[in-house]
Amino acid sequence: MSFVSYLIAGISLGSIYAIMALGYTMVYGIAKMLNFAHGDVIMIGSYVVFYAINSYGLPPVVSIALSVVVCTCLGIVIEKVAYKPLRRAASLAVLITAIGVSYLLENLALLFFGSDSKSFPDALGLSTISLAGGKLQIPGTTIFTIVVCVIIMVCLMLFIKRTKAGQAMLAVSEDKDAAQLMGVNVNATISLTFAIGSGLAAIAGVLLCSQYHVLNPYTGALPGIKAFTAAVFGGIGSIPGAFVGGLLLGIIEDLSSAYISSQLANAIVFAVLIVVLLLKPTGLFGKVVREKV
Amino acid sequence: MKKKLFSLAMAAMLSVSLLSGCGGSGGSSDTSSDATEDSASADTSDESSDAEEADDTASDEAESTEGGEGAFYIGGIGPTTGAAASYGSAVMNAGQIAIDEINEAGGVNGSQLAYRFEDDVHDPEKSVNAYNSLKDWGMQILMGTVTTSPCIAVAAESSADNMFEITPSASSTDVIDTNENVFQVCFTDPNQGTASADYIADTLGDISKVAVIYNSADVYSQGIHDTFVDEADVKGLEVVSDTAFTDDTKTDFSTQLQKAQEGEAELVFLPIYYQEASIILQQAKDMGYAPTFFGVDGMDGILTLEGFDTSLAEGVMLLTPFSADADDEKTQNFVSKYQEEYGDVPNQCGADAYDAIYIIKQAIEESGVTPDMSIDEMGSTLCETMKGMTFDGGITGESMQWDENGAVNKDPKAVVIKDGAYQSMD
Repeated sequence: MSFVSYLIAGISLGSIYAIMALGYTMVYGIAKMLNFAHGDVIMIGSYVVFYAINSYGLPPVVSIALSVVVCTCLGIVIEKVAYKPLRRAASLAVLITAIGVSYLLENLALLFFGSDSKSFPDALGLSTISLAGGKLQIPGTTIFTIVVCVIIMVCLMLFIKRTKAGQAMLAVSEDKDAAQLMGVNVNATISLTFAIGSGLAAIAGVLLCSQYHVLNPYTGALPGIKAFTAAVFGGIGSIPGAFVGGLLLGIIEDLSSAYISSQLANAIVFAVLIVVLLLKPTGLFGKVVREKV
Repeated sequence: MKKKLFSLAMAAMLSVSLLSGCGGSGGSSDTSSDATEDSASADTSDESSDAEEADDTASDEAESTEGGEGAFYIGGIGPTTGAAASYGSAVMNAGQIAIDEINEAGGVNGSQLAYRFEDDVHDPEKSVNAYNSLKDWGMQILMGTVTTSPCIAVAAESSADNMFEITPSASSTDVIDTNENVFQVCFTDPNQGTASADYIADTLGDISKVAVIYNSADVYSQGIHDTFVDEADVKGLEVVSDTAFTDDTKTDFSTQLQKAQEGEAELVFLPIYYQEASIILQQAKDMGYAPTFFGVDGMDGILTLEGFDTSLAEGVMLLTPFSADADDEKTQNFVSKYQEEYGDVPNQCGADAYDAIYIIKQAIEESGVTPDMSIDEMGSTLCETMKGMTFDGGITGESMQWDENGAVNKDPKAVVIKDGAYQSMD
């Protein structure tokens, strides 16, 4: 029974990584850049929910919607201000800019919200489910997280396969210049990608903080890196890859902290990543792209 | 191209993860919040350079009492800005209250006490600078520093000068071990572990299975944990689950709690700071696990954590030398004066500082040192006196005595959180 509850905790953590990894993977797949500020957008989104509930007394649903709107706008602004001027620059420059934006957001949060941790309210207010005569306790938030993650993934897949905007994204990801010649508005498509990625970040933030109840300016930093790892693990650029990578990462992390050592959990997670990348450099679901010379 | 990008990305990821390891441990006396300090020190560096220029005038932000000729010059050092500001400010203010009381009552052996407090932003380097600037001012006795890592740096300096130093709250044994001249008012970290195990076994009685969750990346937590586990063994407490976390994994405690639950622990010992403790309490509630939680002095502060639902902390016990609602006359007097002057309920560090000043007073009285002595001579005499002295009537413990190292021996008080406030257990 204890194995099942460790597994469920792992899946729940993995689902959060997966939602965040979707943000990384979409942006990478379409704009071919690593948005390291993603984790910090999550943190900003969580602060929006925190203050909306605690200071303005808004109902949780409204607060979460507000947070999605704020994060979406933030994502678009970051893209327009920091990344768009560098569209033709070397990928290294964009990478450094992304790290810069990440620190900018962290330090702005330090300035405005202070360094002390806040205790995040239980925004979802779901009760714990008791199974097998009380031996198996599953927090409602955990189930909610898993369900939300699956829904988001399915919606994203449908969006990309079935809609015009989704097809435009695919086209831009294949070949930016050719897509432009075919009449795809590349800038608008990339902005849309950032908007969706950042909106997902807001949802991931709410789920992350509802699960772990702590919020400070560094809340997004480490989960952000883990989510990036998950995206690479699953094959960066691939949506099902991000989903599977996230889940596996969460499960590995929780099981190794349960059965091996809680101190070694992170070391094991990253060791697994290294092994996977050595065996399969493109990740689990990654496509092999021929080098164009 | 893609491969290159990958290796770049991996390198970037590693470096970001290195950096992010620094963040996140908000205000606590031993853990350093480097990232926040950096920003705070950037803010204050301008001010401090101004202060250095205006060397002779008393600095504006710091409390100070000038004693004139024939006074004892007592300096204080601690963080009054930055992440650990709450500790330093409490020490500064409480020290001032004690100094004022003593001066109003006629001083020590007829001499007044002069007092000046300098900010160190919880940074070892700034702390040593503060020490030097206090020495220029004429400091003869040091009450400080407040936090551990700066204190280790300053103790090395004061030891070279053989200046008498008493720290209210730097609890590591590193502070006192190699330094003859340094004494503590607070418990050393190992001492807290032993005292907690004793209290659980002897006073709480019907507890036989305990679990421990500690932060293996933090010296403070590790130190208390080690001695607790040893003493629990001696006292016949069964430690059914002993789990750790690190600064990188301090948000998810579900596996640690599940292990405690599986082992049917009746009490979970948390030798950690209140930020992490608050998460543990919340997650335990989500799991439907309700043991007794038992904390140490790092737990102090949980009730004022922003957004924290204090009902979660109901029934949490902690061993702390000071509780602001104790009904003895001295504590009442100190708390009401502090509230009147600074509008806040003083924390444990403040109480330690208040006692520290009175300990200095008693040591001066018993040793008969005079203000015209050299720092070295005064230091040696005071240290000798301290080792044979008993300090009665402190607000952080009865009859304090010091061992050869300078560690204090006193009885801790246990408090329990009831209706969102601390209440004395006995």
